[in-house]
Amino acid sequence: MKTPIPRQLALAALAGMLTVLCGTVSASEVNVYSFRQPDLINPVFKRFTSETGIKVNTVFAKQGLIERLRTEGINSPADLVLSTDSGPLEAAMQADLLAPLDNTTLEQRIPAALRDPDGRWFGLTSRARIVVTAKDRPLVNPITRYEDLTNPAFRGMICTRSGKHPYMIALIASMIAHSGETAAREWLIGVKKNLSRKPQGNDRAQVKAIWQGECDIALINSYYMGQMLADDEQQAWANAVNITFPNQSDRGTHVNISGVSLTQASPNRDNAIKLMEFLVSESAQSIYAEENYEYPVNPAVASSELVQSWGEFKADELSLTDIGKHRATAVILVDETGYDN
Amino acid sequence: MTAQVLAAPTTFKPHKRKPLLFVIPVLIALTVALPLFSVMVLALFPSNNIWPHLFSTSLPGYVKTTLVLAGGVALGTALIGVPTAWLVTHYRFPMRHFFRWGMLLPFAVPAYVLAYVYTDLLDYAGPVQSSLRYAFGWTSARDYYFPSIRTVEGAMVMLTLVLYPYVFLLARAAFLEQSASVLEAAVLMGNNAPWKRFTIALSMARPAIVVGVSLALMETLNDFGTVDFFAVRTLTAGIYDVWLGMNNLGGGAQIACLLLVFVIVLFTVERLGRQQQQHYQSVGSRYRTLKPTQLTGVKAWAAFTVCFLPVLLGFIIPALILARYSISYFEESVADGFVQAAINSVTLAAITACVAVAVGLALAYSHRLLPGALLDRLIRFATLGYAVPGVVLAIGIMIPFGWFDNTLDAFIRQHFGMSTGLLLSGTIVALIFAYTVRFLAVAHGAIDSSLRKVAPSMDDAARSLGHSPLGILRRVHLPLIKGGSLTAALVVFVDVMKELPATLVMRPFNVETLATRVYQYASDELLQLSATAALCIVLAGLIPVILLSVAIDRSRQDT
Repeated sequence: MKTPIPRQLALAALAGMLTVLCGTVSASEVNVYSFRQPDLINPVFKRFTSETGIKVNTVFAKQGLIERLRTEGINSPADLVLSTDSGPLEAAMQADLLAPLDNTTLEQRIPAALRDPDGRWFGLTSRARIVVTAKDRPLVNPITRYEDLTNPAFRGMICTRSGKHPYMIALIASMIAHSGETAAREWLIGVKKNLSRKPQGNDRAQVKAIWQGECDIALINSYYMGQMLADDEQQAWANAVNITFPNQSDRGTHVNISGVSLTQASPNRDNAIKLMEFLVSESAQSIYAEENYEYPVNPAVASSELVQSWGEFKADELSLTDIGKHRATAVILVDETGYDN
Repeated sequence: MTAQVLAAPTTFKPHKRKPLLFVIPVLIALTVALPLFSVMVLALFPSNNIWPHLFSTSLPGYVKTTLVLAGGVALGTALIGVPTAWLVTHYRFPMRHFFRWGMLLPFAVPAYVLAYVYTDLLDYAGPVQSSLRYAFGWTSARDYYFPSIRTVEGAMVMLTLVLYPYVFLLARAAFLEQSASVLEAAVLMGNNAPWKRFTIALSMARPAIVVGVSLALMETLNDFGTVDFFAVRTLTAGIYDVWLGMNNLGGGAQIACLLLVFVIVLFTVERLGRQQQQHYQSVGSRYRTLKPTQLTGVKAWAAFTVCFLPVLLGFIIPALILARYSISYFEESVADGFVQAAINSVTLAAITACVAVAVGLALAYSHRLLPGALLDRLIRFATLGYAVPGVVLAIGIMIPFGWFDNTLDAFIRQHFGMSTGLLLSGTIVALIFAYTVRFLAVAHGAIDSSLRKVAPSMDDAARSLGHSPLGILRRVHLPLIKGGSLTAALVVFVDVMKELPATLVMRPFNVETLATRVYQYASDELLQLSATAALCIVLAGLIPVILLSVAIDRSRQDT
């Protein structure tokens, strides 16, 4: 037996479905497209929600989110783009998807070098690209500069990840910016000659390779040291290496940022700005520092004890925009020198 | 004239044209082909001309690596898939009943997970090398040689191990659909009976085997996880370099189009070779299943070993390693949202399996009714989506969907003063569409190869009795191609469970699946924490594997 569904009920159901499909825009939400792994950032968002009552919705992916933002256009639900390096933010900026933001709180908490002068992206943390060397096999010639890695004395001793990875590309781009394309090319050729194996794995895997005796020298991002020391199994890898901040006597160690940008389409602009301000607040910045061993951008927040034990270092002050200009050339150089082959 | 009359009953007569019957499949095919069209349009607008640079540097390497990898996987999957399917169908040997579905187990393991597991097992700190060092007194990696798994050969083995079930599944379905009478006639005529029977069955099953191998190849071409982890520079790696490294989406789309050219060449070559071959199966009262031959002694154990090795390497070993990690890191890995992720995965996979089978059936059947060149080409084009890396396909979908949403929104705003926002972009509907486009080749391939084996004379007979095309589909074809359709549904289900790149970028806010959970950790080489979710993908994949392989067997026995 069929009972006809009351018309009002049917209409209500239809309206309900449409609301779900359209996505709800309520006053207490903020939507984030994140290039950052959820396990680190979720605790930060949870604290934000408990302090403000604003719910944070996320989509995490490592590729394609900028294209998603672009195709969604003015109707995009995304308020913020959260990134682990400056590349995606810059791509979004070039595609004219980001809104300039003039905000005193952000400007006070973030040093000028770590944000866009027009306020289209803001750094949240910085990380240094450091050199690690085997503790139990001391080098005869010490390494003090990235340039030293091409020394023929290190033949068959170096391990790195793929030259095409954003972290390597940013480093190479910084060398192009400082010393020119020819010098950067020579550097890649020199380092390639010294590689002990084809570039592979992530930064962590390079430290592991030193511990295994496959190589003696590697290039990694600073926070990986802290993450490995916090893991039972990986502790031994990290303990097998010494760390060096290169180029302290000249331009300084290359640093990259993780950052955040406000989109032009942002439907929850006020909430988004609140979240941006929260991300550089002392409570959020200390999570970045303590849980992920990154350098907080907010000068009021101290690095973790471990990171402090490495001492102060001089950071390369080249602007990330300048690095960005040379990124495509860096990719071409990696191809031309056959660094990954 | 006489020749034509005589030939008439054996050739297939197109159904009398009905416009609707033609328009609907063409529309479906066009919709499915939409993402590929938009990738091609993208390719027209690169931000830089990448080719002079690529030709002189990395392109020859990309092409060579891609060809070597694809060749190895084609050979590997055929060499494992076909003989095992034959043995399991026609012989009795130890654990044969287990192998009927057990051979499919590696299918539930995502290739990237297998790559992580074997790297963990075989690298310097892993149990294999540690034991060797202990046994021979070596102290560091410089004391001995051990083959590296992170090579093109390593990638070949990993992909072969997880992809051979495509060939097994399709070859077995084909072997099962072969009537005993044909094979027995072959036996009567031949002197070297088992071998003759195999070669005849093989030539009859060739369309299905070719579909299986080409699915495995397309999967190989679109793979990014494994080749990226092993630092193997294929064309797919090239797409990412140009798109993300050089911020040149158009250039990346151009390489994607080059990849498509590869696939089209592959299919054309295969098709030319097969053009004259058309085997029809008269299914009906004359169909009998062939009684399996009992193997004994060495032969029985040899058959057992041939079937057991791929399952051991492709499933048992990785599952044990994942289980070990899963137990020691259980609490961290099932923390918040795990159950929801599992429900999401199963729901998405089940819906897509139904949609893909329906679309695949609609296309295959309407092509049977109206075998025109236009529809044929459109279908072939539409199913190419499988060979495109997931994230490129996702972009190809986001572009037309975003355009549709924003155009509609602008129109409604202008005329009715209200906003419709994004109706499709960023919804589950868009995601299911993406899965359907991506896996249509699987659904269509399996159904089409089943449908082709049904003799056209059956259609003619049913039509002469006054049945409508839909009536014939329901009463004659569906019962005969039940096995093929179930195979299609099974493969799509498992594939969606494993799918990652399109899911990641197209999912609605806060939607997690098991695959995205695996990726969160595994991409950071934290295999331990991803083990439980990976194991669940494997387990969830098992249930339909078992259910459906039982059903495939039964659908055969019932007839």
